[in-house]
Amino acid sequence: MTSFSSNRWLGLLLLLPTLLILIVFLYTPILETLRLSFYQVSFLGLREEFCGLSNYRDLFFEPGYRRMFRATLIFTFFTVTGSMGLGLLLAIMIHNAGAWKGLYRLFLIWPYALSPAVAGVIFLFLFSNQVGIVNAGLNAVFGRHPDWLARPGLAMGVVVGAAIWKNVGYNVIFYLAALSALPRDVLEAARMDGAGMGMRFGRVLLPLLAPMTLFLLVVNLMYAVFDVFPVVDLITRGGPSDATLLMIYSLYRDGFEFLKTGMAAAQSVLLLGAVAFLSFVKFRIYGKGIYYGGRR
Amino acid sequence: MRKQALLFLQNNAFHGKRWIRHLVLLAAVFVIAAPVLCALIFSTQTPAQIFSYPPKLSFGSAAIDNYTMAWETYKLGLYMKNSLFIAVTVTLGKTLTAFLAATAFVYLRLPFRGFFFAFVLMTLMMPTEIMIIALFDRITDLGWADSYLALTIPFMASATSVFLFRQHFLQIPLELVDAARVDGIGLPSFMIRILLPMSRHVIAAMALIDFVYVWNQYLWPLVIIRDGSRQVVQVGLRMMTAGQDATHWGVVMAGAVITLVPPLLLFFILQKVLVLGVGLGQEK
Repeated sequence: MTSFSSNRWLGLLLLLPTLLILIVFLYTPILETLRLSFYQVSFLGLREEFCGLSNYRDLFFEPGYRRMFRATLIFTFFTVTGSMGLGLLLAIMIHNAGAWKGLYRLFLIWPYALSPAVAGVIFLFLFSNQVGIVNAGLNAVFGRHPDWLARPGLAMGVVVGAAIWKNVGYNVIFYLAALSALPRDVLEAARMDGAGMGMRFGRVLLPLLAPMTLFLLVVNLMYAVFDVFPVVDLITRGGPSDATLLMIYSLYRDGFEFLKTGMAAAQSVLLLGAVAFLSFVKFRIYGKGIYYGGRR
Repeated sequence: MRKQALLFLQNNAFHGKRWIRHLVLLAAVFVIAAPVLCALIFSTQTPAQIFSYPPKLSFGSAAIDNYTMAWETYKLGLYMKNSLFIAVTVTLGKTLTAFLAATAFVYLRLPFRGFFFAFVLMTLMMPTEIMIIALFDRITDLGWADSYLALTIPFMASATSVFLFRQHFLQIPLELVDAARVDGIGLPSFMIRILLPMSRHVIAAMALIDFVYVWNQYLWPLVIIRDGSRQVVQVGLRMMTAGQDATHWGVVMAGAVITLVPPLLLFFILQKVLVLGVGLGQEK
Protein backbone atom coordinates (compact mmCIF):
# COMPACT_ATOMS: atom_id res chain seq x y z
CA MET A 1 0.00 0.00 0.00
CA THR A 2 1.43 3.28 -1.03
CA SER A 3 1.22 5.76 1.76
CA PHE A 4 1.85 9.42 1.42
CA SER A 5 3.69 10.00 4.62
CA SER A 6 5.63 7.84 7.01
CA ASN A 7 4.16 9.67 9.97
CA ARG A 8 1.80 7.26 11.71
CA TRP A 9 -0.05 9.99 13.55
CA LEU A 10 -1.03 11.99 10.51
CA GLY A 11 -3.64 9.44 9.45
CA LEU A 12 -5.17 9.35 12.89
CA LEU A 13 -5.28 13.13 12.92
CA LEU A 14 -7.30 13.21 9.70
CA LEU A 15 -9.58 10.51 11.05
CA LEU A 16 -10.05 12.27 14.36
CA PRO A 17 -13.02 14.55 13.54
CA THR A 18 -15.06 11.63 12.21
CA LEU A 19 -14.15 9.37 15.13
CA LEU A 20 -14.84 12.04 17.71
CA ILE A 21 -18.31 12.85 16.39
CA LEU A 22 -19.23 9.19 16.02
CA ILE A 23 -18.10 8.37 19.55
CA VAL A 24 -19.67 11.38 21.26
CA PHE A 25 -22.94 11.57 19.33
CA LEU A 26 -23.56 8.02 18.17
CA TYR A 27 -21.75 5.25 20.02
CA THR A 28 -22.00 6.49 23.58
CA PRO A 29 -25.65 7.57 23.23
CA ILE A 30 -26.44 4.07 21.96
CA LEU A 31 -24.81 2.53 25.02
CA GLU A 32 -26.57 5.04 27.24
CA THR A 33 -29.91 4.14 25.62
CA LEU A 34 -29.21 0.50 26.34
CA ARG A 35 -28.47 1.34 29.98
CA LEU A 36 -31.54 3.55 30.36
CA SER A 37 -33.77 0.76 29.09
CA PHE A 38 -33.12 -1.05 32.41
CA TYR A 39 -34.07 1.97 34.51
CA GLN A 40 -37.16 3.82 35.55
CA VAL A 41 -36.52 7.53 35.41
CA SER A 42 -38.73 9.92 37.29
CA PHE A 43 -38.92 13.49 38.55
CA LEU A 44 -37.96 14.97 35.20
CA GLY A 45 -34.94 12.74 34.91
CA LEU A 46 -33.65 13.49 38.37
CA ARG A 47 -34.15 10.06 39.90
CA GLU A 48 -33.11 6.80 38.31
CA GLU A 49 -34.10 3.44 39.63
CA PHE A 50 -32.81 0.15 38.30
CA CYS A 51 -35.72 -2.02 37.30
CA GLY A 52 -34.16 -4.87 35.37
CA LEU A 53 -36.25 -6.12 32.48
CA SER A 54 -39.53 -4.66 33.67
CA ASN A 55 -39.62 -2.06 30.88
CA TYR A 56 -39.33 -4.85 28.33
CA ARG A 57 -41.94 -6.90 30.14
CA ASP A 58 -44.38 -3.99 30.01
CA LEU A 59 -43.57 -3.47 26.36
CA PHE A 60 -44.53 -7.01 25.44
CA PHE A 61 -47.44 -7.60 27.80
CA GLU A 62 -49.24 -4.30 28.37
CA PRO A 63 -52.31 -4.06 26.12
CA GLY A 64 -51.43 -0.48 25.14
CA TYR A 65 -48.07 -1.47 23.75
CA ARG A 66 -49.50 -4.55 22.09
CA ARG A 67 -51.93 -2.30 20.25
CA MET A 68 -48.97 -0.14 19.29
CA PHE A 69 -47.13 -3.13 17.79
CA ARG A 70 -50.26 -4.10 15.92
CA ALA A 71 -50.69 -0.61 14.49
CA THR A 72 -47.01 -0.56 13.50
CA LEU A 73 -47.31 -3.91 11.72
CA ILE A 74 -50.47 -2.91 9.88
CA PHE A 75 -49.04 0.42 8.84
CA THR A 76 -45.73 -1.09 7.74
CA PHE A 77 -47.38 -3.89 5.79
CA PHE A 78 -49.70 -1.65 3.78
CA THR A 79 -47.17 1.11 3.23
CA VAL A 80 -44.42 -1.22 2.04
CA THR A 81 -46.56 -3.47 -0.17
CA GLY A 82 -48.47 -0.46 -1.49
CA SER A 83 -45.50 1.65 -2.47
CA MET A 84 -43.49 -1.30 -3.81
CA GLY A 85 -46.40 -2.78 -5.75
CA LEU A 86 -47.39 0.55 -7.28
CA GLY A 87 -43.72 1.33 -7.88
CA LEU A 88 -43.20 -1.88 -9.86
CA LEU A 89 -46.41 -1.41 -11.82
CA LEU A 90 -45.58 2.18 -12.77
CA ALA A 91 -41.97 1.28 -13.56
CA ILE A 92 -43.05 -1.47 -15.99
CA MET A 93 -45.45 0.90 -17.71
CA ILE A 94 -42.89 3.69 -17.90
CA HIS A 95 -40.26 1.23 -19.16
CA ASN A 96 -42.51 0.39 -22.11
CA ALA A 97 -43.64 3.95 -22.77
CA GLY A 98 -41.12 4.57 -25.55
CA ALA A 99 -40.17 8.16 -26.25
CA TRP A 100 -42.15 9.48 -23.26
CA LYS A 101 -40.13 7.48 -20.78
CA GLY A 102 -38.02 10.30 -19.36
CA LEU A 103 -40.97 12.65 -19.01
CA TYR A 104 -43.18 10.10 -17.28
CA ARG A 105 -40.38 9.22 -14.91
CA LEU A 106 -39.84 12.84 -14.00
CA PHE A 107 -43.53 13.50 -13.35
CA LEU A 108 -44.09 10.34 -11.34
CA ILE A 109 -41.14 10.46 -8.97
CA TRP A 110 -40.93 14.08 -7.84
CA PRO A 111 -42.83 13.72 -4.51
CA TYR A 112 -39.76 11.80 -3.42
CA ALA A 113 -38.00 15.17 -3.11
CA LEU A 114 -40.64 16.57 -0.75
CA SER A 115 -40.34 16.28 2.99
CA PRO A 116 -42.65 13.93 4.92
CA ALA A 117 -43.83 16.99 6.86
CA VAL A 118 -45.15 18.62 3.70
CA ALA A 119 -46.89 15.37 2.75
CA GLY A 120 -48.40 15.29 6.23
CA VAL A 121 -49.73 18.82 6.29
CA ILE A 122 -51.24 18.57 2.80
CA PHE A 123 -52.99 15.26 3.54
CA LEU A 124 -54.25 16.68 6.84
CA PHE A 125 -55.96 19.41 4.85
CA LEU A 126 -57.26 17.14 2.07
CA PHE A 127 -58.94 14.79 4.54
CA SER A 128 -60.05 17.37 7.06
CA ASN A 129 -63.71 17.01 8.00
CA GLN A 130 -64.84 20.59 7.49
CA VAL A 131 -62.84 21.85 4.55
CA GLY A 132 -61.28 18.71 3.04
CA ILE A 133 -61.71 18.42 -0.70
CA VAL A 134 -61.88 14.62 -0.45
CA ASN A 135 -65.08 14.72 1.55
CA ALA A 136 -66.51 17.44 -0.64
CA GLY A 137 -65.94 15.13 -3.61
CA LEU A 138 -67.32 12.05 -1.86
CA ASN A 139 -70.35 13.97 -0.70
CA ALA A 140 -71.10 15.24 -4.17
CA VAL A 141 -70.79 11.79 -5.80
CA PHE A 142 -71.87 9.31 -3.12
CA GLY A 143 -73.55 11.55 -0.57
CA ARG A 144 -71.12 10.42 2.13
CA HIS A 145 -68.60 12.35 4.12
CA PRO A 146 -66.90 10.13 6.71
CA ASP A 147 -64.88 11.83 9.40
CA TRP A 148 -61.60 10.34 8.23
CA LEU A 149 -59.38 11.40 11.09
CA ALA A 150 -61.85 10.47 13.83
CA ARG A 151 -62.31 6.84 12.78
CA PRO A 152 -59.46 4.42 13.53
CA GLY A 153 -59.45 2.43 10.29
CA LEU A 154 -59.91 5.46 8.07
CA ALA A 155 -57.24 7.47 9.90
CA MET A 156 -54.82 4.61 9.35
CA GLY A 157 -55.78 4.66 5.68
CA VAL A 158 -55.00 8.37 5.38
CA VAL A 159 -51.60 8.00 7.05
CA VAL A 160 -50.74 5.01 4.85
CA GLY A 161 -51.90 6.94 1.78
CA ALA A 162 -49.69 9.91 2.61
CA ALA A 163 -46.71 7.63 3.26
CA ILE A 164 -47.20 5.78 -0.04
CA TRP A 165 -47.71 8.98 -2.02
CA LYS A 166 -44.46 10.34 -0.70
CA ASN A 167 -42.37 7.21 -1.31
CA VAL A 168 -43.68 5.47 -4.41
CA GLY A 169 -41.31 7.45 -6.65
CA TYR A 170 -38.30 5.98 -4.91
CA ASN A 171 -39.35 2.47 -5.89
CA VAL A 172 -40.10 3.60 -9.45
CA ILE A 173 -36.53 4.89 -9.83
CA PHE A 174 -34.98 1.65 -8.66
CA TYR A 175 -37.30 -0.70 -10.52
CA LEU A 176 -36.68 1.30 -13.69
CA ALA A 177 -32.94 0.90 -13.21
CA ALA A 178 -33.37 -2.84 -12.67
CA LEU A 179 -35.64 -3.18 -15.70
CA SER A 180 -33.23 -1.47 -18.03
CA ALA A 181 -30.42 -3.72 -16.78
CA LEU A 182 -32.39 -6.88 -17.54
CA PRO A 183 -31.16 -9.15 -20.31
CA ARG A 184 -33.49 -8.39 -23.22
CA ASP A 185 -33.08 -11.79 -24.85
CA VAL A 186 -34.65 -13.66 -21.96
CA LEU A 187 -37.88 -11.68 -22.10
CA GLU A 188 -37.82 -11.85 -25.89
CA ALA A 189 -37.38 -15.64 -25.75
CA ALA A 190 -40.30 -15.96 -23.36
CA ARG A 191 -42.46 -13.94 -25.73
CA MET A 192 -41.39 -16.12 -28.69
CA ASP A 193 -42.23 -19.25 -26.74
CA GLY A 194 -45.74 -17.93 -26.50
CA ALA A 195 -45.76 -17.11 -22.81
CA GLY A 196 -48.71 -14.87 -21.99
CA MET A 197 -48.42 -11.62 -20.14
CA GLY A 198 -49.21 -13.11 -16.74
CA MET A 199 -46.80 -15.95 -17.33
CA ARG A 200 -44.00 -13.61 -18.49
CA PHE A 201 -44.59 -11.44 -15.44
CA GLY A 202 -44.75 -14.22 -12.86
CA ARG A 203 -42.27 -16.73 -14.21
CA VAL A 204 -39.68 -14.50 -15.85
CA LEU A 205 -39.83 -10.89 -14.75
CA LEU A 206 -40.46 -11.32 -11.03
CA PRO A 207 -37.62 -13.80 -10.44
CA LEU A 208 -35.26 -11.57 -12.41
CA LEU A 209 -36.26 -8.63 -10.25
CA ALA A 210 -36.02 -10.56 -7.00
CA PRO A 211 -32.66 -9.17 -5.83
CA MET A 212 -33.83 -5.59 -6.40
CA THR A 213 -37.12 -6.38 -4.68
CA LEU A 214 -35.28 -7.67 -1.63
CA PHE A 215 -33.11 -4.56 -1.53
CA LEU A 216 -36.13 -2.26 -1.86
CA LEU A 217 -37.95 -4.25 0.80
CA VAL A 218 -35.21 -3.44 3.30
CA VAL A 219 -35.10 0.25 2.38
CA ASN A 220 -38.90 0.57 2.42
CA LEU A 221 -39.14 -1.15 5.79
CA MET A 222 -36.70 1.38 7.23
CA TYR A 223 -38.69 4.22 5.67
CA ALA A 224 -41.96 2.90 7.09
CA VAL A 225 -40.48 2.53 10.56
CA PHE A 226 -38.46 5.75 10.91
CA ASP A 227 -39.18 8.42 8.33
CA VAL A 228 -42.92 8.57 8.77
CA PHE A 229 -42.82 10.35 12.11
CA PRO A 230 -43.80 13.75 10.65
CA VAL A 231 -46.66 12.19 8.70
CA VAL A 232 -48.20 10.71 11.85
CA ASP A 233 -47.38 13.75 13.96
CA LEU A 234 -49.10 16.15 11.59
CA ILE A 235 -52.11 14.09 10.51
CA THR A 236 -53.25 12.12 13.55
CA ARG A 237 -50.78 12.51 16.45
CA GLY A 238 -51.20 8.79 17.01
CA GLY A 239 -54.98 8.98 17.32
CA PRO A 240 -57.86 8.39 17.22
CA SER A 241 -57.66 6.25 20.37
CA ASP A 242 -54.08 5.25 19.52
CA ALA A 243 -55.10 3.65 16.22
CA THR A 244 -52.14 5.20 14.40
CA LEU A 245 -49.73 5.10 17.31
CA LEU A 246 -46.67 3.74 15.50
CA MET A 247 -43.58 2.65 17.36
CA ILE A 248 -41.52 5.73 16.45
CA TYR A 249 -44.36 7.97 17.63
CA SER A 250 -44.87 5.98 20.83
CA LEU A 251 -41.14 6.30 21.51
CA TYR A 252 -41.35 10.07 21.11
CA ARG A 253 -44.45 10.32 23.27
CA ASP A 254 -43.01 8.21 26.07
CA GLY A 255 -39.69 9.99 25.96
CA PHE A 256 -40.74 13.61 25.59
CA GLU A 257 -44.40 13.94 26.57
CA PHE A 258 -45.02 11.30 29.22
CA LEU A 259 -41.37 11.48 30.41
CA LYS A 260 -41.18 7.70 30.67
CA THR A 261 -37.54 7.69 29.66
CA GLY A 262 -36.94 4.02 30.45
CA MET A 263 -39.86 2.84 28.36
CA ALA A 264 -38.77 5.04 25.47
CA ALA A 265 -35.25 3.63 25.75
CA ALA A 266 -36.56 0.06 25.71
CA GLN A 267 -38.48 0.80 22.52
CA SER A 268 -35.33 2.32 21.02
CA VAL A 269 -33.40 -0.85 21.79
CA LEU A 270 -36.03 -2.98 20.05
CA LEU A 271 -35.86 -0.73 17.00
CA LEU A 272 -32.09 -0.88 17.08
CA GLY A 273 -32.25 -4.67 16.91
CA ALA A 274 -34.61 -4.48 13.94
CA VAL A 275 -32.43 -1.95 12.12
CA ALA A 276 -29.25 -3.91 12.76
CA PHE A 277 -30.89 -6.97 11.24
CA LEU A 278 -32.16 -5.05 8.22
CA SER A 279 -28.77 -3.41 7.67
CA PHE A 280 -27.11 -6.79 7.82
CA VAL A 281 -29.44 -8.08 5.13
CA LYS A 282 -28.78 -4.98 3.05
CA PHE A 283 -25.02 -5.39 3.27
CA ARG A 284 -25.35 -9.01 2.20
CA ILE A 285 -27.36 -7.92 -0.82
CA TYR A 286 -24.84 -5.21 -1.66
CA GLY A 287 -22.13 -7.83 -1.39
CA LYS A 288 -23.85 -10.07 -3.88
CA GLY A 289 -24.49 -7.24 -6.31
CA ILE A 290 -28.07 -6.26 -6.94
CA TYR A 291 -27.78 -5.72 -10.68
CA TYR A 292 -28.07 -8.50 -13.18
CA GLY A 293 -26.90 -8.49 -16.78
CA GLY A 294 -23.31 -9.54 -16.32
CA ARG A 295 -22.16 -6.51 -14.35
CA ARG A 296 -21.54 -7.70 -10.86
CA MET B 1 -55.10 -12.49 -46.61
CA ARG B 2 -55.53 -14.27 -43.34
CA LYS B 3 -52.00 -13.45 -42.42
CA GLN B 4 -52.65 -9.79 -43.09
CA ALA B 5 -55.76 -9.83 -40.99
CA LEU B 6 -53.87 -11.42 -38.18
CA LEU B 7 -51.10 -8.88 -38.47
CA PHE B 8 -53.67 -6.08 -38.45
CA LEU B 9 -55.30 -7.51 -35.37
CA GLN B 10 -51.97 -7.82 -33.64
CA ASN B 11 -50.98 -4.28 -34.48
CA ASN B 12 -54.33 -3.00 -33.45
CA ALA B 13 -54.16 -4.84 -30.16
CA PHE B 14 -50.73 -3.44 -29.68
CA HIS B 15 -51.92 0.10 -30.29
CA GLY B 16 -54.89 -0.46 -28.05
CA LYS B 17 -52.60 -1.54 -25.25
CA ARG B 18 -50.34 1.41 -25.83
CA TRP B 19 -53.24 3.79 -25.53
CA ILE B 20 -54.34 2.22 -22.29
CA ARG B 21 -50.82 2.40 -20.98
CA HIS B 22 -50.55 6.11 -21.72
CA LEU B 23 -53.98 6.72 -20.27
CA VAL B 24 -53.08 4.95 -17.04
CA LEU B 25 -49.75 6.73 -16.82
CA LEU B 26 -51.34 10.12 -17.39
CA ALA B 27 -53.91 9.32 -14.72
CA ALA B 28 -51.07 8.38 -12.37
CA VAL B 29 -49.27 11.64 -13.14
CA PHE B 30 -52.46 13.49 -12.28
CA VAL B 31 -53.10 11.55 -9.05
CA ILE B 32 -49.52 12.10 -7.92
CA ALA B 33 -49.74 15.81 -8.67
CA ALA B 34 -53.24 16.35 -7.26
CA PRO B 35 -52.35 16.92 -3.57
CA VAL B 36 -49.79 19.59 -4.39
CA LEU B 37 -52.08 21.19 -7.00
CA CYS B 38 -54.79 21.39 -4.34
CA ALA B 39 -52.35 22.95 -1.89
CA LEU B 40 -51.38 25.49 -4.55
CA ILE B 41 -54.98 26.40 -5.33
CA PHE B 42 -56.19 26.68 -1.75
CA SER B 43 -53.13 28.65 -0.75
CA THR B 44 -54.64 31.53 -2.72
CA GLN B 45 -58.11 31.46 -1.17
CA THR B 46 -59.63 33.40 1.69
CA PRO B 47 -61.15 31.46 4.62
CA ALA B 48 -64.61 32.17 3.23
CA GLN B 49 -63.62 30.75 -0.15
CA ILE B 50 -62.11 27.65 1.47
CA PHE B 51 -65.21 27.02 3.58
CA SER B 52 -67.60 27.51 0.68
CA TYR B 53 -69.49 24.49 -0.57
CA PRO B 54 -68.96 23.14 -3.15
CA PRO B 55 -65.25 24.02 -2.93
CA LYS B 56 -63.89 26.23 -5.66
CA LEU B 57 -61.08 24.63 -7.62
CA SER B 58 -59.84 27.94 -8.96
CA PHE B 59 -57.35 30.46 -7.71
CA GLY B 60 -58.73 32.76 -5.05
CA SER B 61 -58.09 36.37 -4.21
CA ALA B 62 -55.89 36.06 -1.12
CA ALA B 63 -52.63 34.78 -2.60
CA ILE B 64 -50.51 37.75 -1.56
CA ASP B 65 -52.13 37.99 1.89
CA ASN B 66 -51.67 34.27 2.62
CA TYR B 67 -48.07 34.07 1.50
CA THR B 68 -47.10 37.26 3.33
CA MET B 69 -48.79 36.00 6.47
CA ALA B 70 -47.05 32.62 6.30
CA TRP B 71 -43.71 34.28 5.60
CA GLU B 72 -43.94 37.03 8.24
CA THR B 73 -46.58 36.35 10.90
CA TYR B 74 -45.77 32.64 11.05
CA LYS B 75 -42.06 33.39 10.57
CA LEU B 76 -41.52 30.87 7.78
CA GLY B 77 -39.01 33.27 6.27
CA LEU B 78 -36.90 33.11 9.40
CA TYR B 79 -37.26 29.31 9.72
CA MET B 80 -36.35 28.94 6.09
CA LYS B 81 -33.16 30.91 6.67
CA ASN B 82 -32.37 28.68 9.68
CA SER B 83 -32.97 25.50 7.70
CA LEU B 84 -30.85 26.79 4.85
CA PHE B 85 -28.01 27.70 7.18
CA ILE B 86 -28.12 24.35 8.98
CA ALA B 87 -28.38 22.32 5.79
CA VAL B 88 -25.44 24.13 4.17
CA THR B 89 -23.30 23.91 7.32
CA VAL B 90 -23.93 20.18 7.82
CA THR B 91 -23.36 19.45 4.14
CA LEU B 92 -20.02 21.28 4.15
CA GLY B 93 -18.96 19.74 7.47
CA LYS B 94 -19.90 16.22 6.45
CA THR B 95 -18.05 16.54 3.17
CA LEU B 96 -14.94 17.87 4.89
CA THR B 97 -14.74 15.25 7.67
CA ALA B 98 -15.45 12.43 5.21
CA PHE B 99 -12.86 13.74 2.76
CA LEU B 100 -10.22 13.83 5.49
CA ALA B 101 -11.14 10.40 6.83
CA ALA B 102 -11.16 8.76 3.40
CA THR B 103 -7.76 10.29 2.64
CA ALA B 104 -6.45 8.74 5.84
CA PHE B 105 -7.91 5.35 4.93
CA VAL B 106 -6.51 5.29 1.39
CA TYR B 107 -3.31 7.36 1.35
CA LEU B 108 -1.86 7.26 4.83
CA ARG B 109 -0.26 4.77 7.11
CA LEU B 110 -2.91 4.00 9.69
CA PRO B 111 -2.67 1.67 12.66
CA PHE B 112 -5.71 -0.65 13.04
CA ARG B 113 -7.03 0.43 9.65
CA GLY B 114 -9.52 -2.43 9.43
CA PHE B 115 -10.85 -1.82 12.90
CA PHE B 116 -11.38 1.90 12.32
CA PHE B 117 -13.06 1.29 9.00
CA ALA B 118 -15.45 -1.18 10.58
CA PHE B 119 -16.02 1.29 13.42
CA VAL B 120 -17.12 3.94 10.94
CA LEU B 121 -19.20 1.62 8.76
CA MET B 122 -21.05 0.16 11.74
CA THR B 123 -22.74 3.52 12.28
CA LEU B 124 -24.81 2.86 9.17
CA MET B 125 -26.94 0.72 11.45
CA MET B 126 -27.67 3.51 13.89
CA PRO B 127 -30.31 6.01 12.80
CA THR B 128 -30.37 9.12 14.98
CA GLU B 129 -34.03 8.57 15.83
CA ILE B 130 -33.10 5.47 17.81
CA MET B 131 -30.91 7.16 20.37
CA ILE B 132 -32.81 10.43 20.47
CA ILE B 133 -33.45 10.02 24.20
CA ALA B 134 -29.78 9.72 25.15
CA LEU B 135 -28.68 12.23 22.53
CA PHE B 136 -31.11 14.72 24.04
CA ASP B 137 -29.46 14.24 27.45
CA ARG B 138 -25.98 14.52 25.98
CA ILE B 139 -26.77 17.76 24.14
CA THR B 140 -28.50 19.23 27.20
CA ASP B 141 -25.48 18.35 29.37
CA LEU B 142 -23.24 20.10 26.89
CA GLY B 143 -25.46 23.16 27.18
CA TRP B 144 -26.21 23.03 23.47
CA ALA B 145 -29.99 22.78 23.70
CA ASP B 146 -31.75 25.48 21.68
CA SER B 147 -28.63 26.19 19.66
CA TYR B 148 -27.51 25.66 16.10
CA LEU B 149 -24.72 23.49 17.52
CA ALA B 150 -27.31 20.86 18.47
CA LEU B 151 -28.64 20.80 14.92
CA THR B 152 -25.30 20.67 13.15
CA ILE B 153 -22.34 19.14 15.00
CA PRO B 154 -23.84 15.68 15.78
CA PHE B 155 -24.54 15.16 12.06
CA MET B 156 -21.16 16.12 10.71
CA ALA B 157 -19.76 12.62 10.40
CA SER B 158 -21.09 10.28 7.77
CA ALA B 159 -20.27 6.64 7.14
CA THR B 160 -21.85 6.81 3.71
CA SER B 161 -19.70 9.72 2.58
CA VAL B 162 -16.50 8.18 3.95
CA PHE B 163 -17.33 4.96 2.14
CA LEU B 164 -18.07 6.71 -1.15
CA PHE B 165 -14.96 8.88 -1.03
CA ARG B 166 -12.88 5.80 -0.26
CA GLN B 167 -14.37 3.85 -3.17
CA HIS B 168 -13.68 6.80 -5.43
CA PHE B 169 -10.09 7.26 -4.25
CA LEU B 170 -9.36 3.58 -4.76
CA GLN B 171 -10.20 4.01 -8.44
CA ILE B 172 -7.66 6.78 -8.87
CA PRO B 173 -4.44 5.24 -10.21
CA LEU B 174 -1.66 4.98 -7.66
CA GLU B 175 0.89 6.31 -10.18
CA LEU B 176 -0.62 9.69 -9.49
CA VAL B 177 0.47 9.49 -5.87
CA ASP B 178 3.97 8.43 -6.85
CA ALA B 179 4.21 11.22 -9.41
CA ALA B 180 3.04 13.72 -6.83
CA ARG B 181 5.62 12.51 -4.36
CA VAL B 182 8.41 12.56 -6.91
CA ASP B 183 7.44 16.14 -7.72
CA GLY B 184 7.78 16.92 -4.05
CA ILE B 185 4.16 17.91 -3.54
CA GLY B 186 3.07 17.74 0.09
CA LEU B 187 -0.05 16.03 1.35
CA PRO B 188 -2.10 19.23 1.72
CA SER B 189 -1.54 20.36 -1.83
CA PHE B 190 -2.07 16.80 -3.09
CA MET B 191 -5.46 16.84 -1.41
CA ILE B 192 -6.46 20.29 -2.55
CA ARG B 193 -5.00 20.34 -6.04
CA ILE B 194 -5.45 16.74 -7.11
CA LEU B 195 -7.92 14.79 -4.96
CA LEU B 196 -10.51 17.53 -4.56
CA PRO B 197 -10.94 18.41 -8.25
CA MET B 198 -10.98 14.71 -9.16
CA SER B 199 -13.84 14.12 -6.70
CA ARG B 200 -16.18 16.92 -7.74
CA HIS B 201 -18.88 14.63 -9.19
CA VAL B 202 -18.93 12.48 -6.07
CA ILE B 203 -19.07 15.60 -3.93
CA ALA B 204 -21.94 17.07 -5.96
CA ALA B 205 -24.08 13.93 -5.62
CA MET B 206 -23.36 13.57 -1.92
CA ALA B 207 -23.97 17.23 -1.19
CA LEU B 208 -27.36 17.11 -2.83
CA ILE B 209 -28.42 14.06 -0.82
CA ASP B 210 -27.05 15.47 2.44
CA PHE B 211 -28.80 18.78 1.84
CA VAL B 212 -32.20 17.19 1.29
CA TYR B 213 -31.68 14.90 4.30
CA VAL B 214 -30.94 17.80 6.64
CA TRP B 215 -33.64 19.99 5.11
CA ASN B 216 -36.22 17.29 5.86
CA GLN B 217 -35.20 16.80 9.49
CA TYR B 218 -38.15 17.06 11.83
CA LEU B 219 -38.11 14.92 14.96
CA TRP B 220 -34.73 16.06 16.29
CA PRO B 221 -35.35 19.84 15.92
CA LEU B 222 -38.83 19.30 17.35
CA VAL B 223 -37.45 18.00 20.64
CA ILE B 224 -34.20 19.92 21.00
CA ILE B 225 -35.24 23.42 19.86
CA ARG B 226 -37.70 25.27 22.11
CA ASP B 227 -36.67 28.79 21.22
CA GLY B 228 -38.91 29.86 18.36
CA SER B 229 -36.31 31.99 16.64
CA ARG B 230 -33.97 29.05 15.99
CA GLN B 231 -36.53 26.58 14.72
CA VAL B 232 -36.37 24.90 11.29
CA VAL B 233 -38.98 25.24 8.59
CA GLN B 234 -40.42 21.69 8.87
CA VAL B 235 -41.33 22.22 12.51
CA GLY B 236 -42.49 25.74 11.67
CA LEU B 237 -45.05 24.08 9.43
CA ARG B 238 -46.24 22.04 12.40
CA MET B 239 -46.65 25.14 14.51
CA MET B 240 -48.99 26.60 11.87
CA THR B 241 -51.45 23.73 12.26
CA ALA B 242 -51.46 23.86 16.05
CA GLY B 243 -54.99 25.18 16.59
CA GLN B 244 -56.99 22.57 14.68
CA ASP B 245 -60.28 24.42 14.49
CA ALA B 246 -58.94 27.90 14.12
CA THR B 247 -56.42 26.77 11.52
CA HIS B 248 -56.20 29.28 8.72
CA TRP B 249 -55.88 26.71 5.94
CA GLY B 250 -55.06 29.15 3.17
CA VAL B 251 -52.02 30.34 5.10
CA VAL B 252 -51.02 26.78 6.06
CA MET B 253 -51.15 25.68 2.43
CA ALA B 254 -49.07 28.73 1.51
CA GLY B 255 -46.59 27.55 4.14
CA ALA B 256 -46.56 24.04 2.66
CA VAL B 257 -45.92 25.44 -0.82
CA ILE B 258 -43.10 27.67 0.47
CA THR B 259 -41.50 24.72 2.27
CA LEU B 260 -41.63 22.36 -0.68
CA VAL B 261 -40.12 24.76 -3.21
CA PRO B 262 -36.37 24.54 -2.39
CA PRO B 263 -35.93 20.75 -2.49
CA LEU B 264 -38.28 20.46 -5.45
CA LEU B 265 -36.32 23.11 -7.33
CA LEU B 266 -33.07 21.29 -6.58
CA PHE B 267 -34.71 18.07 -7.71
CA PHE B 268 -35.82 19.40 -11.08
CA ILE B 269 -32.47 21.06 -11.75
CA LEU B 270 -30.36 18.12 -10.65
CA GLN B 271 -32.69 15.16 -11.07
CA LYS B 272 -30.11 13.12 -13.00
CA VAL B 273 -27.66 13.35 -10.11
CA LEU B 274 -30.37 12.58 -7.61
CA VAL B 275 -31.64 9.59 -9.57
CA LEU B 276 -28.10 8.22 -9.75
CA GLY B 277 -27.31 8.87 -6.13
CA VAL B 278 -30.72 8.17 -4.73
CA GLY B 279 -29.66 4.77 -3.49
CA LEU B 280 -27.68 6.49 -0.82
CA GLY B 281 -30.43 8.91 0.03
CA GLN B 282 -31.77 6.96 2.96
CA GLU B 283 -28.46 6.73 4.70
CA LYS B 284 -27.05 9.31 6.97
